[in-house]
Amino acid sequence: MDYSVVIGLEVHAELKTKSKIFCGCSTQFGSDQNTNVCPVCLGLPGVLPVVNKRVVEFAIRAGLALNCEILPFSKFDRKNYYYPDLPKNYQTSQYDLPICVNGYLDIEVNGETKRIGITRIHMEEDAGKLVHSGNITNSNYALVDYNRTGVPLIEIVSEPDIRSAEEAKAYLEALKSILEYIDVSDCKMQEGSLRCDANVSLRENEQAPFGTRTELKNLNSFRAVQKGLEYEIVRQAEVLDEGGKIIQETRSWDETKGITLSLRNKEQAHDYRYFPEPDLVPLQVSAEWVEEIRQSLPELPNARKQRLMEAYGLSSYDAGVITASQAMANYFDVVVGHGADAKAAANWLMGEVSKVLNASNISITEFAVTPENLASMLELMQKGTISSKIAKTVFEEMVASGKDPATIVKEKGLQQISNEGEIVAIVEAVLAANPQSVADFKAGKDRALGFLVGQIMKQTKGRANPELVNKLLKERIN
Amino acid sequence: MKITPKDVAHVALLSRLEIPEDQVEKVTGQLNAILEYAEMLNKVNTDGVEPTAHVIPLSNVMREDEVEVSLARELALANAPEQDNGYFKVPKIVEG
Repeated sequence: MDYSVVIGLEVHAELKTKSKIFCGCSTQFGSDQNTNVCPVCLGLPGVLPVVNKRVVEFAIRAGLALNCEILPFSKFDRKNYYYPDLPKNYQTSQYDLPICVNGYLDIEVNGETKRIGITRIHMEEDAGKLVHSGNITNSNYALVDYNRTGVPLIEIVSEPDIRSAEEAKAYLEALKSILEYIDVSDCKMQEGSLRCDANVSLRENEQAPFGTRTELKNLNSFRAVQKGLEYEIVRQAEVLDEGGKIIQETRSWDETKGITLSLRNKEQAHDYRYFPEPDLVPLQVSAEWVEEIRQSLPELPNARKQRLMEAYGLSSYDAGVITASQAMANYFDVVVGHGADAKAAANWLMGEVSKVLNASNISITEFAVTPENLASMLELMQKGTISSKIAKTVFEEMVASGKDPATIVKEKGLQQISNEGEIVAIVEAVLAANPQSVADFKAGKDRALGFLVGQIMKQTKGRANPELVNKLLKERIN
Repeated sequence: MKITPKDVAHVALLSRLEIPEDQVEKVTGQLNAILEYAEMLNKVNTDGVEPTAHVIPLSNVMREDEVEVSLARELALANAPEQDNGYFKVPKIVEG
């Protein structure tokens, strides 16, 4: 039968501070194993952790960007569990007084806006990394690298407001975009700086009480979030259809096999025995500090999207694509600032430019074509100096050489031929050379016209103004 | 609240402590004695008293985001019962 799906996401984002949350060790990714560690993050006896002010600032920044209330009094707690990635046998986190509560994030799915509640955002330390020899279930030992232990994280917990795998993906994309805009996290899912766990349950209909949930881990890409949830929803539906019961447990998404596997029984693991962290004093966040941080926030993705729609008449979809990445939106602003037509600029960014970026797997900040040069190219097109077809050739050359478009057009002789006399001469020559095609066209074969246009373009190396060619050709042939 | 032998087994598991069968009753009694002693605190009227987050009346002790020198790896690993190629080596994690 059809069930109603309930999903809540827990997203961990590594904060891009220079040093760890409670000690001065570097947060550098990819350092040699166990070289960014000290007595504090190794949990040696007698040490005193001190919170990194930048971590608190970044957490507040995220809270404000996600419409949260910033609690004036907040504290750290110990979350106790035994696992070798945690040298202290507890994780320093926040329990009952997290720094941010009661926020929300608006997402767009199928053209409709939906508000997803954010329960809380809290600060905590990351755990170390286990390197397994062989497979997790059959290896006899594990190797541990504690470099990541103590790297600052914020955990963003959503309300169970998400109703499909697609909405979960949209939420995560919107969240990533905001965290990048406010510059608190690199959000590189492949490096683990943005990680997502999902709580999923099914119920008979929207009014029924929530069913038993499972927690899905290892959703390490947007694709994994969607595919993992889709799989788990079907799995739970099958269990329920057969009259079975869902067991509350943690399951891991196996990307290569495309299935979720039971990892451990959650009820047991959940006895974390939180208590206030005696080594850290509470935080009292002043209204002045919050206000100062609020003032420093940049224009956020949704506001920027609205601005592009209103100022330039872009569609909601186009404006959404452009503003999903702040770097792309900045690039767009410069292109348009140089006088380019906004719709043409948007089309080129989403089309040719994105194609090149994806093919070479680079970000737009590393792109060889400056926004000024792209604007000049669009201007050449608008003025009719080059046709849209030739523009692609010019663009390819710009990508390859980084040269400005005017130079390329000049060097390669790519100016569009818009001189009527010049085109008439070529049209007449082509008509004279292809009497059969002319006869075919007159006999009603429209395709013959395309052939003639092709011949003219061939002779002019694509430089003839296509509108003029069509007009003159039709005049002569009829 | 009375602690039962079942609670003792649960707490022992969470603490990774092995309590021999013949000691369970004794430990149960000891834990109950400790809790009974602490029960005394429940007699105090705490109406209108905020839960204590920390016994020291301080807040906002923070450090600037600056990188300091870490431990040399040999020192970090000096107390490790086992090590391998710069890693801490630990026993198998998931019970098979």
